[in-house]
Amino acid sequence: MGYDLRPFVLTFKLAFFTTGILFIVGVPLAYWLAFTKNKMRYLAETLVSMPIVLPSTVIGFYLLVFFSPRHCVGNFLESVFNIRVVFTFTGLVIGSVIYSLPFMVNPIKSAFQNFPVSLAEASYTLGKSKFMTLWKVILPNIKPALLSGIAMTFAHTVGEFGVVLMIGGSIPGVTRVASIAVYGETEVMHFSAANFYSAVLIAVSFAMLMLLSLANRKRPGFNG
Amino acid sequence: MIKARLKKQLFTVQGKINLEIDFEIKKGEFATIFGKSGTGKTTILRMLAGLADPEEGYIQVDGQVWFDSRRKINLPPQKRQVGFAFENYALFPNMTVRQNLEFALARDKKEPYFTDELLNMSGLKEFAGRKPAELSGGQKQRAALIRAIARKSKVFLFDEPLSALDTETRLWIQDALLRIYRRFGTTTILVSHDLPEVFKLSRLVFVIEEGKIIRSGSPADVFIKDKPSKDFVFAAEIIDLQKPDKRVVLRIENSFARIVFLEEADSLNIGDKIMVTAKQLSCTFKKREEA
Repeated sequence: MGYDLRPFVLTFKLAFFTTGILFIVGVPLAYWLAFTKNKMRYLAETLVSMPIVLPSTVIGFYLLVFFSPRHCVGNFLESVFNIRVVFTFTGLVIGSVIYSLPFMVNPIKSAFQNFPVSLAEASYTLGKSKFMTLWKVILPNIKPALLSGIAMTFAHTVGEFGVVLMIGGSIPGVTRVASIAVYGETEVMHFSAANFYSAVLIAVSFAMLMLLSLANRKRPGFNG
Repeated sequence: MIKARLKKQLFTVQGKINLEIDFEIKKGEFATIFGKSGTGKTTILRMLAGLADPEEGYIQVDGQVWFDSRRKINLPPQKRQVGFAFENYALFPNMTVRQNLEFALARDKKEPYFTDELLNMSGLKEFAGRKPAELSGGQKQRAALIRAIARKSKVFLFDEPLSALDTETRLWIQDALLRIYRRFGTTTILVSHDLPEVFKLSRLVFVIEEGKIIRSGSPADVFIKDKPSKDFVFAAEIIDLQKPDKRVVLRIENSFARIVFLEEADSLNIGDKIMVTAKQLSCTFKKREEA
């Protein structure tokens, strides 16, 4: 067939890193949003959900400006740490993490909010710290939400277009992920290649969502 | 010894009430808090456990201050050493019965024989490997009770643990509670709205109405108005009532009696909890053969 497979490698590498980072960041953030009484949470909740409504190009555009070596942050990163964000894989990861944030945080936050308070309280009266309670009691009982956070983040990152195009450009083997490859190939009338990339993306997304719904079938509720 | 003085405003279905109570319970005593729902009984237990904060007040247990609004002392629930049994069981769904117990014991040195003793005591040994979703209501409640006592806390707080259970299970667990109480001698506070239960389990009862303790003392002193006499007084429940024939079937504890009554009983209905007074002429006592 002779199609360039690097866009897939890049897409999945990106999705893998994004999901990993978001899981580590998303669980504590969701916990804070769910349980804090701090008024700042309204601001934080709004910011977390912004990527759902904003066109991805808007986020991409501002990230591009923000990290541009001609502006202060980009300049600082490049001159002090020798890190360049725009048009690199690092840039893709940063953009994806911001863009997919609500897909990780929101389901986990809802699960925390719906979690029966008495279970956490029972754990506290048994002498267990908040961290132990989170680790041993809460997280194991909200596995479906964790799974759906992970799967939705992964799938959403695979399907990302605007942000990665804006901050990454479309450099083959560096920042040209599968969704951009579809666009690129169509633009130069390589319809069979575009078709190939598109079909694989459909198959992968379908398989992931199907697996998720199978994994979440028939879970006992909190009637314990 | 528990000394508590608690003030808190509660927002209940019936409206706003000011909870304001002051009580003392001696070490090793089994006390009940009796009253209708929505009068603040559960909140009292939650404040003792550190799960709810009084607006003002003071809690001292065995000489240690757990809460003092003036000195801004408020020990978190983790440091209060209470065993709390929740009305809705609150067993961890991801753990088996045994794991629920071991979770409670984890921080102290593990005592496998103690886990087994608790399982035996509650009749849950064969269900130790089951998760809460695979247990009946009574089994869940037994599991919740032994989990609450597993840490050998200073105080056991039981929040209406028996209210959702059928009569037979309830009586069985009441006996189990008494066994537990006799075995550990731990100061225990039970919230209940079942009179027979109060009589059977406790020697000290606080009657709560609208957030205030309106009476306290031994159940007999509190609930039986008359002076000691030759009369028998039973707490009973009306199972069946035939007004024209003046016949009534009563449940007293786990036995039943069919009785002909003389006075009018228009105000009574099936399901009512009543006090039965029986005049006795002469009385003989004979030891019962245990079944």
